[in-house]
Amino acid sequence: MQIYLPIAELSSNILLLLVIGGAVGFVSGLFGVGGGFLLTPILMFLGIPPAVAVASQATQVVAASVSGVLVHWNRGNVDFKMGLVLLMGGLTGSSFGVFLFSLLRAVGQVDLVIALAYFITLGGVGGAMMFESVRALLRRRRRPGALRKLHQHTWVHGLPFKMRFRKSRLYISALLPAGVGFVVGMMAAIMGVSGSFVLVPAMIYLLGMPTAVVVGTSLFQAIFVAANVTFLQAVQNQTVDVLLAFLLLVGGVVGAQFGGRASGRLPADIMRILLAAIILTVAVALGYTLVVKPDDLYSLAITAANGKTP
Amino acid sequence: MTRRAAAMLMLLLSALAGFAPAAAEEPLVADLSSHLIAITTGFTGTDVVLFGAVDGAEDNAGEVIVVVVRGPSNDIIVRRKQRVMGIWINRDQVRFNGTPSYYALASSRPFDSNLDATILTPYGIGLDRMALTPETAPGDLGDFRAALVRRKVEAGAYVSAVGQVAFLGNQLFRVNFHFPANVPTGSYLIEVLLVRGGEVVSAQTTPLVIGKIGLGAEIYDFAHRHAAFYGLGAIAGALLAGFAAHLMFRRR
Repeated sequence: MQIYLPIAELSSNILLLLVIGGAVGFVSGLFGVGGGFLLTPILMFLGIPPAVAVASQATQVVAASVSGVLVHWNRGNVDFKMGLVLLMGGLTGSSFGVFLFSLLRAVGQVDLVIALAYFITLGGVGGAMMFESVRALLRRRRRPGALRKLHQHTWVHGLPFKMRFRKSRLYISALLPAGVGFVVGMMAAIMGVSGSFVLVPAMIYLLGMPTAVVVGTSLFQAIFVAANVTFLQAVQNQTVDVLLAFLLLVGGVVGAQFGGRASGRLPADIMRILLAAIILTVAVALGYTLVVKPDDLYSLAITAANGKTP
Repeated sequence: MTRRAAAMLMLLLSALAGFAPAAAEEPLVADLSSHLIAITTGFTGTDVVLFGAVDGAEDNAGEVIVVVVRGPSNDIIVRRKQRVMGIWINRDQVRFNGTPSYYALASSRPFDSNLDATILTPYGIGLDRMALTPETAPGDLGDFRAALVRRKVEAGAYVSAVGQVAFLGNQLFRVNFHFPANVPTGSYLIEVLLVRGGEVVSAQTTPLVIGKIGLGAEIYDFAHRHAAFYGLGAIAGALLAGFAAHLMFRRR
């Protein structure tokens, strides 16, 4: 069954969009990532213009995150205080990212920078996570009784503006989560994603938050970052296709519900390995397209629809 | 919305008024089955029939009908990738101004070298011969031009196969044009040429408007006219949808 998407200006299959939204929503609910890093490449593969894909999936991420965060909220797994501190950094970072984006566009090659940014961050994060979780898994198997220190004290704990985050059982400097939020917000603006795939590992490894709280808190801040991206894209580029977003979010919210439920049943270290595997797969696929010779060296870009008849 | 509909109607009426009186004297009359293609949310492509008549000449051995369909024009940048340090990067680019967004062709008989020399090349008819004006002209302009046509054909915006103009008897003819689901919107011009003895004896131009209608058009208009409200609406809708989904699943 076909439907015409008014902003993307092409017809697509309704069922296909629902299934894609559902699958990405499931992953989103399971791992607490926005799913933008999966959805954008898939939509582009379907022939939807990249600008429309990025903008419309941001709208879908808002809905999926709300639906996901409510599941985690009911279980008491959202650290709102931590989320707000992250968000303050995130909004500053995304404003800076928008500035950086215009700078890159003026220099040219913004597409390449986006692709490289995806490859480097996804590859780095996925690789580090995979390495860490596999090593942890092996170590635990070998010495089942070994006790682990709750956390180590480093220079990070000497930073000022210390705050107590009860939900996360942390007493750390507010500068740390704000800084993480800033970097993620900047990436969100440049790459058009909510940045959760960087935020989730950063919260686990950098901030030392418990995995159960990480997912809900990450979803909480993803709502606002994705809403910000939606608004900016709608105002600046008119590339938000509400019909496309609606179909994706119908599938997405349902998928996120199931994903949110399933996340409680899987052991944390297995979940980390799975997420790392997904991130690495996307990174490898993106890296492949950068390196391999394209089918057609030439590409077209419409610059101005001047509306004149021939 | 209403303004757009009115504009379409005006265009239609003026077009009809334009060639109704001339029909008696001209050796060629042609019209479309529909001057307006409405793209609704269920649009999956459509067919438009062009039909017409020629005055019955005694000797019609060298008679050919050629039909050219052109979409509204855009400026297009063609970029070529090059390998730099192992990565494929866009390097050279050529900008083509006033390129038709859609192009299709039909003829009542297969093109031959004679027709090519007398009509097609001078009039710039056909994908290989049409005028594409580059802003800059590098040494290998031909490659960029060929790439533009190739990518457009792949996207379905240019039709490489020449359609068949079929004669019903001696004077009546018809030809079918298919417009795919991703057809560019705007004002199209369809040119019908009557060729006799290596010369264009008569020509007629008829307009075709392809526009969004209904929900799709409303959404498109609103997104462009009230961008901020559109963005806020999209966010509000997404928040509600997420909340609704949660309530729905909690009750079960």
